Amino acid sequence: MSGEAILSLRDLRVWYGTEGDPVRAVDGVSLEIRSGETLGLVGESGCGKSTLGRGVLGLLPESAAVAGQVRFRGRDLVGVPPKEMRALRGPELGLIFQEPMTRLDPLMTIEGHFLETLEAHEPELDGAEMRRRSLESLAGMGIPPTRFKQYPHEFSGGMRQRIMIALALVLNPKLVIADEPTTALDVIVEAQILGILADLRESFDTALLLITHNLGIVAESCNRVAVMYAGQIVEEGEARQVFAQPAHPYTRELLRSTISLSTTGLHYIPGAPPNLIDPPPACRFHPRCPNAMRVCAERDPIEVALGPRATEAGAGSHPRDRVSCWLHGPGSEVPPGGTEPLKRGEIAIAEEA
Amino acid sequence: MANAPLLEVRDLKTRFSLRGSFLDRLRGREAGAVKAVDGVSFELRRGEVLGVVGESGSGKTTLGRTLLGLVAASEGSIKLEGSEIAGIGERRFRSLRRRLQIVFQDPHASLNPAMTIGASVGDPLTFHGVTSDPQAIRRSVAEALERVGLVPAAQFMDKYPGDLSGGQKQRAVLARAIILNPDLLIADEPVSMLDMSVRAKILELMMDLKDELDLTYVYITHDLATAKFLCDRIAIMYLGKIVELGPSKEIYENPRHPYTIALLKAIPEPDPTQSVPRDLPRGEVPDAVAPPLGCPFHPRCPQAFEVCGWESRDLRTLLEDRWTRLPEEEYEAERKLIGELGSLDATATVARLEAAPGHGGELALEVLERMRAEAPDDPFWRGVAETRVEARQVVVRFHEGLEPRDVEVGSTRLQCHLYDDEALAQAKQAAASRA
Amino acid sequence: MAAGPATPAPPATAPAPMPARRLPGRRLLAQIRQAEGTPKRLLYAGTAIVALFLVLAIFAPLIAPYGFDQIDANGMRFAKQASPSSAHLFGTTVQSTDVLSRVIWGSRTAVEVVVLSLVFSISIGVPLGLVSGYLGGKLDRALVLINDALFAFPYLLLAIVIAFLLSDKLGQGIVTAAVAITVVYVPQYFRVVRNHVISVREESYVEAARALGAPRRTIIRRYVLSNVIQNVPALATLNAADAILTLAALGFLGYGIQPTDAAEWGYDINRAIDDVGAGIWWTGVFPGVAIVLLVTGFTLVGEGLNDVLNPLIRKRRIRRPEIPEAEG
Repeated sequence: MSGEAILSLRDLRVWYGTEGDPVRAVDGVSLEIRSGETLGLVGESGCGKSTLGRGVLGLLPESAAVAGQVRFRGRDLVGVPPKEMRALRGPELGLIFQEPMTRLDPLMTIEGHFLETLEAHEPELDGAEMRRRSLESLAGMGIPPTRFKQYPHEFSGGMRQRIMIALALVLNPKLVIADEPTTALDVIVEAQILGILADLRESFDTALLLITHNLGIVAESCNRVAVMYAGQIVEEGEARQVFAQPAHPYTRELLRSTISLSTTGLHYIPGAPPNLIDPPPACRFHPRCPNAMRVCAERDPIEVALGPRATEAGAGSHPRDRVSCWLHGPGSEVPPGGTEPLKRGEIAIAEEA
Repeated sequence: MANAPLLEVRDLKTRFSLRGSFLDRLRGREAGAVKAVDGVSFELRRGEVLGVVGESGSGKTTLGRTLLGLVAASEGSIKLEGSEIAGIGERRFRSLRRRLQIVFQDPHASLNPAMTIGASVGDPLTFHGVTSDPQAIRRSVAEALERVGLVPAAQFMDKYPGDLSGGQKQRAVLARAIILNPDLLIADEPVSMLDMSVRAKILELMMDLKDELDLTYVYITHDLATAKFLCDRIAIMYLGKIVELGPSKEIYENPRHPYTIALLKAIPEPDPTQSVPRDLPRGEVPDAVAPPLGCPFHPRCPQAFEVCGWESRDLRTLLEDRWTRLPEEEYEAERKLIGELGSLDATATVARLEAAPGHGGELALEVLERMRAEAPDDPFWRGVAETRVEARQVVVRFHEGLEPRDVEVGSTRLQCHLYDDEALAQAKQAAASRA
Repeated sequence: MAAGPATPAPPATAPAPMPARRLPGRRLLAQIRQAEGTPKRLLYAGTAIVALFLVLAIFAPLIAPYGFDQIDANGMRFAKQASPSSAHLFGTTVQSTDVLSRVIWGSRTAVEVVVLSLVFSISIGVPLGLVSGYLGGKLDRALVLINDALFAFPYLLLAIVIAFLLSDKLGQGIVTAAVAITVVYVPQYFRVVRNHVISVREESYVEAARALGAPRRTIIRRYVLSNVIQNVPALATLNAADAILTLAALGFLGYGIQPTDAAEWGYDINRAIDDVGAGIWWTGVFPGVAIVLLVTGFTLVGEGLNDVLNPLIRKRRIRRPEIPEAEG
């Protein structure tokens, strides 16, 4: 049912240099997105999800080092020279960032933005065709054609974000990476945009990597979800499954902490997300995990396939539905006594957020 | 006396004047004003938590600041235990600040980076001359830090804000706000910049503090979900006005104002079996400089009717909406028949749609008729009293709109014509005369 | 230049690592100690040079072999325009004064004038900038107007005019020179401080202080000033460098310090012009080198401080890490 693998990350690591030890923002992430799929990458601040998005797009600062594999439609992107990356960004890889105000040129009309983009990547189109494509893309996002020649400052924040999305989609990229696209917007506008995005994806078979901290919008608009903690993916699966039966304690606790209209009690996770320069040994969540066992503090958890859609065939592939947690074994790797509950002192409030 | 309200706000208005273009300024002309708070009235009882909920442009943040005298009120009254505090001037207000406190949204920006936590939290004691004895100050600070859970207090006192996490900073901010034991605490989005796993902790802390210190809260937020936990009553704000005010239970279980209903529907649920709602109001919060006539929500309201304040600009919105959905060739064809849309930008109950040069008004009228035939249920058409052609213009006259006024419905106070008997009666008459 | 629909902005900044603990008052020193590499060496080099001249300035009476206008010793008049020798390490001038002594006494003059003018400029410029920036309104507009007018004036001309006007009342001494230089540099402190204040005053913590009931004076002092002050040290040292040059220029043009009051390098260079034709180099080169050295010293300190304290510049020195091979 799903198409080809558009994006495939293999043991990706992105470390930032500092004056001291490096920050291990992304520390061994493997992931796959197929055409037409929407993957929600969920995590709290500092878990490395934004870094991951930028790492794939080649938008990291000078002080960042990248290791591992990023294959886009079969082509490895790590180490690709900036010029080539620029050629890819746009027609193949679309991007949508959080703050639309700073990404549109205030001195150029919307028409100008679209023509510039189309001329750069599809120069064979004639003027009329470019105009048609642009208006179509804008109309898809609810921007009337009568405003085509206006300047960015004449639009509200919500409309600017829609223009950004329209710009990203006009080239029909195979994959769009959206980093907190609706976080700065009001809730009604957010819902409008998510609805439009859902419709468009159905029409165009575009894959979407939606990076966000908001579990609600992931539930409403993604078919798959990957949960990220401290630079690593702790769980991945079909959205319905993950939300209904979270396999990893962090996912479960995060869901319980999410306050929505149907929440009945206030719940939080004690402690604070770890420092990525020196994360906790073995399982990074163990200091805060209510189900921690002794092995969790001693050995790195092993990724385990979950559910009926287990390991895919093919060399070097990895299970798509998976979890990295000792609660799911494999039992053979657990040393004797390892399943004893972990004793640790009260998590001092001083450590807490 | 115990039942007298702590705060009584009557018809409060806060206006910001805008700096116009260079030419405007040369000519000494003001470019207009933004009515950030446009006639807000409510009462606040001791010990209650009032939620003020709204999106951007609703005026909720300005309301909070006006209540605290950080922004001067333009009109109206604010009475603190019976005494007027609006417009009393900065100097006199300063002494009141012991009793009225605020917690801001961004924990990373609310603490002075050049001062230690201890110094920041203890500063209010020196401002109000409570004590100058360093030992006494230190004791009070330690006590406040312990109350908010920053223990061991001694450790936190000498740290700088940069050493603390977001949640810890927000707790320090709370400690600073409560150290003088205020009566009223205004919390402006206190948890929206914190991670989900931490929000509940701060909310819980706020609830505990309320009970321990007998505080009264005004909780300002855009997030109805968190408001549900804290608030006894909720006020929904739109473009500077309170459109619905009622007990929490009523708002969530029986929302009446179409805007409230939309807000509740739009909140994302972490439940994959539910998908994004599709029947949301169109458009966005309009520009506060020139708000819509009549009810400010009418251009987006799915239940708007005759007297909601239809105007020329609504016709423009409708046209643009339609053209957004037409394929390009049809759009181009229709566009040719119609002239500049600028004439529709007047805030008037009569719309004059210009036909394109060389065309008569009949062709433009045809476009309108087509629109109506394709979507006869659009609330817009209920607002149209008559359409006629005048030379090269199509003149659309709308029914007279009414300014919404406060209406009591059960325990809720609303500003919505749907619940206003007089408005309903007037609409009925208008509909009859049109037919 | 279209590269993609969303023309990517400059790459994201790396997440800030945990900051070091900062103790009150020692923030500056801690940051200096943390500095590495070239900026640190430059800072130390500059400090060494400035320290040297400070020592010369303070201990001039003990170090200088002769007085600044001394033309004889032990009853014997010094040779005229004598080349450097053991008796006169830097030679003598046409007036039979010892060049080395004049260079050393000149340090004292330079240091005195610069320190004085620094103190004046900062104590006028910073408070004015604070008040103007925080209060805004008519006061701000008036002060900015005056400030810009002073800025627009060619600085040397300004200094000459002030020195000239004051020479009636205060004579042509150290104070006059210091005041003339002060007037030239006050606008800089005013402008830098005012601009920073305008951005700081919009910060949340300043509004919070107001909401807490802080009196305006306290807000300006504790919440605004302490966050604005970090620009001043670097600015001060760079201005000091510039002030030396201005002083020398004044002296060169004859509007500086009276030769009878104190030794001054600029004046010496002026006197040395006539010597050049005759191949007498020591009267001009030594004072000249002194000026260059001291200005360089101050500049190195200023730039070094800027580098150390300015986080944006510091980020440039962060290097890319090596990611080791994955285990397992």
